[in-house]
Amino acid sequence: MKPARLTVKQLTIGYDGKPIGRDISFSLTAGETLSLLGPNGSGKTTLFKSLLRLIEPLGGSIRIDGEDTSNWPRRAMARCFGYVPQAGGGYFPFTVREMILMGRTAHLSAFASPGPRDQQAAQMALERLGIARLAERPYPQLSGGEKQLTLIARALAQEPRFLILDEPTASLDFGNQVRVLQQVRQLAQSGIGIVLSTHHPDQAFVLGGRALLLRDGRLMAAGPVTEVITPEQLRALYGIEVEVLATDRGRICLPHYR
Amino acid sequence: MLRGSFFLLEWRFIAALLALACGVLVALSFGSYPLGPPELIQWALARLTGSQPMIDQTALVVIERVRGPRVLLAILVGAALATAGATYQGLFRNPLVSPDILGVSSGAALGAVLGIFLSLPIIAIQGLSFLGGLLAVSAVMLTAALLRNHDRILVLVLGGIVIGTLFGSGVALLKVLADPYNQLPAITFWLLGSLAGVGLGEVRSVAPAFLLGALPLLLLHWRLNVMTLGEEEARSLGIETGRLRGLAVICATLMTAAVVSVSGIVGWVGLLIPHLARFLVGPSFGRLLPASALLGAAFLLLVDTAARSLGPLEIPLGVLTAIIGTPVFIWVLARSRRGWQ
Repeated sequence: MKPARLTVKQLTIGYDGKPIGRDISFSLTAGETLSLLGPNGSGKTTLFKSLLRLIEPLGGSIRIDGEDTSNWPRRAMARCFGYVPQAGGGYFPFTVREMILMGRTAHLSAFASPGPRDQQAAQMALERLGIARLAERPYPQLSGGEKQLTLIARALAQEPRFLILDEPTASLDFGNQVRVLQQVRQLAQSGIGIVLSTHHPDQAFVLGGRALLLRDGRLMAAGPVTEVITPEQLRALYGIEVEVLATDRGRICLPHYR
Repeated sequence: MLRGSFFLLEWRFIAALLALACGVLVALSFGSYPLGPPELIQWALARLTGSQPMIDQTALVVIERVRGPRVLLAILVGAALATAGATYQGLFRNPLVSPDILGVSSGAALGAVLGIFLSLPIIAIQGLSFLGGLLAVSAVMLTAALLRNHDRILVLVLGGIVIGTLFGSGVALLKVLADPYNQLPAITFWLLGSLAGVGLGEVRSVAPAFLLGALPLLLLHWRLNVMTLGEEEARSLGIETGRLRGLAVICATLMTAAVVSVSGIVGWVGLLIPHLARFLVGPSFGRLLPASALLGAAFLLLVDTAARSLGPLEIPLGVLTAIIGTPVFIWVLARSRRGWQ
């Protein structure tokens, strides 16, 4: 299968007809990684929800291989985009396995429940993310990191072309941040397109690919990570002094504390 | 290792069905006309094999015309209220939700009370009650549709409370105006729920409504699971949430309105039983719905049998369900980990 291409043109995003971001254009081919950086309230989550059409964009277009997604049924959207929200709505004590099986919904007909093929996909997702031992645990009782890995496994069982992750490492401890990031990097290598938002520029360096800098709902810069994430851009984005150090194992950001 | 999501064929479900059947026989034996196990077993065997029961003619009438319909109706009412309650709790992701969350009960109450106030025949009272229930829910849905820009679930729940209060004040007005010697006791009794005096006619009108509501819900059980994750997550997983919620609300409302129109308002069943069922079989709707239906049926059968045999007078169902429901609900909450999970 030829890798799918996501093209976003002149997108205006917002709630209730009030724009909070405009002129957002970028494109991404499945297998590439795009890191979205921006201060709190810059519109990252709104942009993601608009891409998924959980809120309707106020203008512009989102196309997959040239086809506008505005009239796509939810099922088609779910087969194209997997979504890992900041906090999953696991409210009832479904097991981790059941939660992951829910990712198969877009592949099932209306009255069907998951069959052997879906069980297999869920098992693979469980093993791939190294959480098979959690399979029968109730989701609400998991730790933050385990929940995040479960949500990623669910999105994976969905077999999407693109994976949209909204601050997947927020509220995770240091070890879990690294573990989640490792998983995301491996997913990108397996041919899924990754769009991820983060508050840590270092993570964009780890993931490689391209970065978008979003400020007040507008794209401030876009391009390869090493070109976009510079001391000047970070100063403009966050209003702080940062040094970007090149080490033999990649770049890291070192903020200046006064 | 793998927890099946559907358990109509599991031994536990079949065992529960058998237990319910035994409960039916026990319930049939209670009452002023004495019926012992020999007669009942003989009757049941004859009916199962299709031959004519060799028992006393009066006993046959008591079983098939008097207690039988009432027992069947208790089962239907309990099953319908519990199934609807489980559905609403999942859709609205709230543990305190019961089948009347969208105002069904208050609408049905106003319809029935109006019927009693106008001294209409019983069939018309039931019809008015059913219409009142549907009218109240339609008003709530319309309110939600008008307030599109707000959180949909919040609007539905608040709309249910507001419309319910409005219909409730209508009931209060009719109570003030009603004849205090004939109508008021009938109204009060209806508002507390009772199956006194029901017959086969009521069974015939409620059973199809129950099946019509319960079957689609059972068929959609997997999608209902996904709905409990919340609006955005369910949509991102490929569910047309507006359509599914509308369908589920219609099914649950249909069942509730149909049973309330013949039983009056029986509280607690739709709130309590789904918790108990979730506690026993987990949250997955393929198991939760059948388990809720069975437990609800058994519970109301027990309560109704008690209601008609504990004292010289019929005790209203709502009084008994509240007396049993309150401590059991507290026990369920205490036993389940982290609140209601």
